[in-house]
Amino acid sequence: MARTIEKAVTVEPEIIAREKVPGPYANYLTAQEKAEIDHEIPRYETKRAVGIDALKIVQKYRGWISDDTLKAVAEYLSLSVAELEGVATFYTLIFREPVGRQVIYYCDSVSCWIMGGEQVRAKLEEHLGIKPGETTADGEYTLIPIQCLGDCDKAPVMMVGEQMHRHLSCEKIREIFAGENA
Amino acid sequence: MKASTPLTKNIGPENIAATIEQYQANGGYAGLKKALSTMQPNDVVETVQAANLRGRGGAGFNTGLKWSFVPRGEGSPATKYLVCNADEMEPGTFKDRLLMERDPHQLIEGMIISAYGIEAVRAYIFIRGEYHLAADRLEHAIEEAYEHGYLGHNICGTKFSLDLYVHRSAGNYICGEETALLNALEGKRANPRAKPPFPQVSGLWGKPTVVNNVETLCNISHIIANGPEWYRGLGKGADAGTKLFGVSGRVKNPGTWELPMGTSIREIIELHAGGMQDGYKLKAFLPGGGSTDFLGPEHLDLPMDYDAIGKAGSRMGTGTMIILDDKTCPIGMVRNLMRFFAKESCGFCTPCRDGLPWVEKILTDIEQGKGSVRELDQLAQQVWNMRPGNTFCALAPGAAEPLQSALKMFRKEFLDHIERGCCPYEAAETRFVGA
Ligand SMILES: Cc1cc2nc3c(=O)[nH]c(=O)nc-3n(C[C@H](O)[C@H](O)[C@H](O)COP(=O)(O)O)c2cc1C
Ligand code: SF4
Ligand code: FES
Repeated sequence: MARTIEKAVTVEPEIIAREKVPGPYANYLTAQEKAEIDHEIPRYETKRAVGIDALKIVQKYRGWISDDTLKAVAEYLSLSVAELEGVATFYTLIFREPVGRQVIYYCDSVSCWIMGGEQVRAKLEEHLGIKPGETTADGEYTLIPIQCLGDCDKAPVMMVGEQMHRHLSCEKIREIFAGENA
Repeated sequence: MKASTPLTKNIGPENIAATIEQYQANGGYAGLKKALSTMQPNDVVETVQAANLRGRGGAGFNTGLKWSFVPRGEGSPATKYLVCNADEMEPGTFKDRLLMERDPHQLIEGMIISAYGIEAVRAYIFIRGEYHLAADRLEHAIEEAYEHGYLGHNICGTKFSLDLYVHRSAGNYICGEETALLNALEGKRANPRAKPPFPQVSGLWGKPTVVNNVETLCNISHIIANGPEWYRGLGKGADAGTKLFGVSGRVKNPGTWELPMGTSIREIIELHAGGMQDGYKLKAFLPGGGSTDFLGPEHLDLPMDYDAIGKAGSRMGTGTMIILDDKTCPIGMVRNLMRFFAKESCGFCTPCRDGLPWVEKILTDIEQGKGSVRELDQLAQQVWNMRPGNTFCALAPGAAEPLQSALKMFRKEFLDHIERGCCPYEAAETRFVGA
């Protein structure tokens, strides 16, 4: 007999409504965050293995992982803060510093470089007024270089949030950000 | 009908395997049913070995042989794992993303059969965190497979049970190295582990574990459904089956194509990729991603076979080629590659941690016309320091491959930069990407 499907993890809307939306500095986890972490726990042999998933879940809601958030996650999974900190700093997609509401990941690997990726970077810097690693003053965008995004035949490429943008040109970059300046 | 392009038979202009019904209507899950109803686990292992499928993750090891090292049968550890390596981060590689986004059930079916073969009770797809669409589609397809009784308890009414989960990684190229990947799955820092013990004996949480690439696992259902003779017959030369080959760089029609193993490089670049763009000439190419040695125009008639490319001094790697044209600075290209490897080093061994940033710095100096001839010898020394066996994992030897071949192949260009005191090529910042 087939196993029943795990239902998508959701918490009653009333519970969410009662909870304050946690800022990045909240030192507790919300019911929704806990429910999503609980969903991952039986998939692994140890709670330690859930650490990265848990950080990613919480980061999805808070943008980045502050010291207080890290401590709350460590406590919830019964891990030492040092242990989880060691993991958090190893992985590039876990942010230990504030980032903008959207992260722009431009590919700086070889095929994009051949196809004009450096010019794309220059155009992005000019358009946003920031250098790689920085966040715009309005807190909207953080610009980050990323390894080959696996779309090299459509180079140069970038990913904004979860959205891929391919065959980039200066024109296309203007178009992508045009709507927002209006 | 036995397709001559089994891996992409569902991948056309329109997505014809978006649902499990569509996938089944085109022959999907027939291989799994055949395996479960007519074969013992060991038959699966032997069939895959006889098919001579070689790992598509880069090293080209015989997949069935790798599986045969897993302790199986009575008295073996009850818990074993299968892990799909979907970390695809090798610069210039774009094949696994396509397979997962466009035909997720093909990978899932391949994994269920493989897990049956090695007697795994749980399987993971370790996917890089940036592949959101692929991960979403896989998770959806896994739900469908549970609903249809292809996953979970007593699959297709047999005694075989399996759970399959997607793990979304949080980054770093080193996670693709199979033992580092196991550490990442265990929630640790992704440093590679010492081998032996090999993962097949002691892997995830110390249990026997097989790690295979996405494309490798996508072949399995077809081998089981159509037999090893059919599979070997798909190849043109020494190697069996088909392969996803890709071309990126300044060609007219960059892309990915499923072609017989042993297809000539010339056919791939000139016919499928449409040849070079007008005004550009082919100077050199990396045949299989960023950690393979450069080959030149004199190698165009070689077949894409593991041994043929090996004899020419390079590696088939991931089978996705990166083309260097005559208007792009070769030093800049190698510097870009070395910066990647320097950034991705896990920092465990000295030649990798300290050597790669130094290589990057020397190359930057040379590219900017501030280098000296003596530094070319220093680069050669670094290549020697990063040789296979001198570091803990294959990242550093992989990084050394494009560097060592560039030093030989582009000696004139290196000297040109040094003697002129500047880069004779147009600067990367102004190279045309459209107004
Ligand atoms: C630094 C490094 C990164 C790697 N990245 C990947 C990867 O992203 N995907 C992959 O399948 N194999 C990768 N490999 C190769 C794996 O270690 C392993 O050989 C492969 O997953 C085995 O699968 P296969 O036998 O099916 O080819 C990498 C190896 C190294 C040294
Ligand atoms: S070769 Fe580099 S990546 Fe591999 S273990 Fe050594 S330092 Fe880490
Ligand atoms: S090099 Fe940019 S997507 Fe591959």
